[in-house]
Amino acid sequence: MNMNRRQAMAMSAGAVVFAATGLATTGALASAEDVDKAMMELAGGKMPEAGKVSLTAPEIAENGNTVPISVEVDSAMADGDMVESITIYADGNPNPDVVTFHFTALSGTAMAATRMRLAKTQNVVAVAKMADGSTFVDKKEVKVTIGGCGG
Amino acid sequence: MTAKFSRREFLQYGSVAGLALAGASGFAGNLTRALAQQKLTQDDLLKFDSKGQVTLLHFTDVHAQLKPVYFRPPDTNIGVGAFEGIPPHLVGEAFLDYFGLQAGSPYAYAHTMVDYVNLARSYGKLGGLDRTATLVKAIRAERGDDKVLFLDGGDTWQGSYTSLKTNGQDMVDCMKLLKPDAMVGHWEFTFGAERVLELVDEMGYAFLASNIVDTNWEEPVFDSTAMFERGGVKVAVIGQAMPYTPIANPRWMFPEWSFGIRPEVLQANVDKAREDGAEVVVLLSHDGFDVDQKLATVVSGIDVILTGHTHDSIPRAIEIGNTLLLSSGSHGKYLGRIDLEVSGGKVTGYSSNMIPVFSDVITPDAEMAAKIAEVRAPYEDECNRVIGTTESLLYRRGNFNGTWDDIICQGLIEERDAEISLSPGFRWGTTLLPGQDITIDDLYAQTSMNYPNAYRLEFTGQQLKDILEDVCDNLFNKDPFYQQGGDMVRVGGMSYTCAPKEDIGNRISDMTLISSGEKIEAEKKYVVAGWASVNEGTEGPPIYELMENYITRKKVLTAPEEGTVKISGY
Repeated sequence: MNMNRRQAMAMSAGAVVFAATGLATTGALASAEDVDKAMMELAGGKMPEAGKVSLTAPEIAENGNTVPISVEVDSAMADGDMVESITIYADGNPNPDVVTFHFTALSGTAMAATRMRLAKTQNVVAVAKMADGSTFVDKKEVKVTIGGCGG
Repeated sequence: MTAKFSRREFLQYGSVAGLALAGASGFAGNLTRALAQQKLTQDDLLKFDSKGQVTLLHFTDVHAQLKPVYFRPPDTNIGVGAFEGIPPHLVGEAFLDYFGLQAGSPYAYAHTMVDYVNLARSYGKLGGLDRTATLVKAIRAERGDDKVLFLDGGDTWQGSYTSLKTNGQDMVDCMKLLKPDAMVGHWEFTFGAERVLELVDEMGYAFLASNIVDTNWEEPVFDSTAMFERGGVKVAVIGQAMPYTPIANPRWMFPEWSFGIRPEVLQANVDKAREDGAEVVVLLSHDGFDVDQKLATVVSGIDVILTGHTHDSIPRAIEIGNTLLLSSGSHGKYLGRIDLEVSGGKVTGYSSNMIPVFSDVITPDAEMAAKIAEVRAPYEDECNRVIGTTESLLYRRGNFNGTWDDIICQGLIEERDAEISLSPGFRWGTTLLPGQDITIDDLYAQTSMNYPNAYRLEFTGQQLKDILEDVCDNLFNKDPFYQQGGDMVRVGGMSYTCAPKEDIGNRISDMTLISSGEKIEAEKKYVVAGWASVNEGTEGPPIYELMENYITRKKVLTAPEEGTVKISGY
């Protein structure tokens, strides 16, 4: 959905009919390429593999201003099987870097949850970096919709 | 699990179908005569290949229709991606062919729009909660109470004049007599969180939702699962509310509840039920048919999905891997039944049927009939008040504008002096045959809701395009988990072309203002009227008052001959 600033203001004034679940900004937004680049950097020059990490996010956001997500890595969190960090990206936000969670053996499990704002429909990407340097990725499209005509 | 559709079931099926007419093909004149000569009986409708220890009865999306109704099945129900050309995306002759139904038969009339008006005049209305009560009681008597689970799939409380006036109390009072074992919800939530909790508290059976959590802590708001023992078998029933209720309906009415499909939570609940000893796991769902077809492939361990929301009816259960799926239509037209044979903690056999509730054939249950009369009594005169008549067949259901929507869109344009009108793609709303009176009951069957204000605003052409694209993607996204289960928003005063198989942004083209024949311009502003906005504080007269004025003024309604939507690439 494209929405300029004026429309966004009209919405916040409650004058409109279709509730936007997210508010776009007028600035430039990130792209999938930006996120690919950031992931390559994190992974040391290659793309992370699929597997181990699983990202949970709604298919369609109820409120684009606060989208709950959680991420978990299948790991023993001991000896050779340690998660060092999980980084979350959003490939359609003004700034694609969302958050990095750091873990130690004392963390017990490699699991984290947060809420994020999404400017529009886009992919949320989670990359887990293991202590041995290997990286894993999971991705989910979260739709930010106008809503209101179903049922 | 056993074979698709056994020869025996097929024959039994054929015998019901065969009652309709011998060798006729839906030819109206002969048909009416043939029907007049036939004798469809209550016993025929109840005929069933009883099996095993457990009987599941499924009733869903009645939308507060206590009395029998006409409800024309859709002529357009497009499936995309992996769901093209399979149930529920089959209509008319294709539906008859797929399920082996004979044109003109009772089942053909119940499930398709083929020769609808003629068959409706012959077979009469379907539904009526007093008729459903008769069937439920008969099946409980046949099987024994201890073998039957009766499950309400939701969208029960909303959709009529009396449900609006009583805040759903009429439906709860009547449903209580049917003693369901559990229910799930969707439009229930549009009565507001507080009212939902109040009615759930008094109804005396489980209100289940595996997929509703509070927005602060993401903790469950309702029980996810109810355990039962039927015929010596432990049965877990897990509930799913409509996943996109806070998006398709006003979130401000239940601001602290968050929904979603949450397949991972559902899987955990299924696993938990198995750990707790469930031999059969049933999902009572308001997800919609396609969402549940996909869910059956990504969540393991569900034996039966009883699905609702999308108002699709199929004459028998379908198999998706090891999961049976039954979708029991809407508006009280059907009672779905599945019998399960369970041995060694596993489902080893089943039989299924969708019983059409032919109201002229089934003796109303006296207790329920009296309760319906009682809850309607304060409103009966108003409900029956005639405000006009229709020359046309008026219906709503279908992916694009139905004739009732065309009337409402025209009403919005005239009463609110707009160029273009938008009307939501709800799947509820009954049918009127040509020549029928239009009563307050009929009007509210199309419009009864708690956010009815008919707005009048200026939209740019671009905004209109964005709205149409957005709603269209809720309907035709190739991944059903992104579908919300409504039909396309209805449009008046403007025509357009829709390409369902395209992606968002590329489905809608050729938007044209009908009055001038000019193409819609992206930057230009247009005066638009519509209703059912999900935004709090929307201003304008309630749609039912606006439409009462319009119909009263018109006296006789005639639907336009031609639709405003052209389908391309399908």
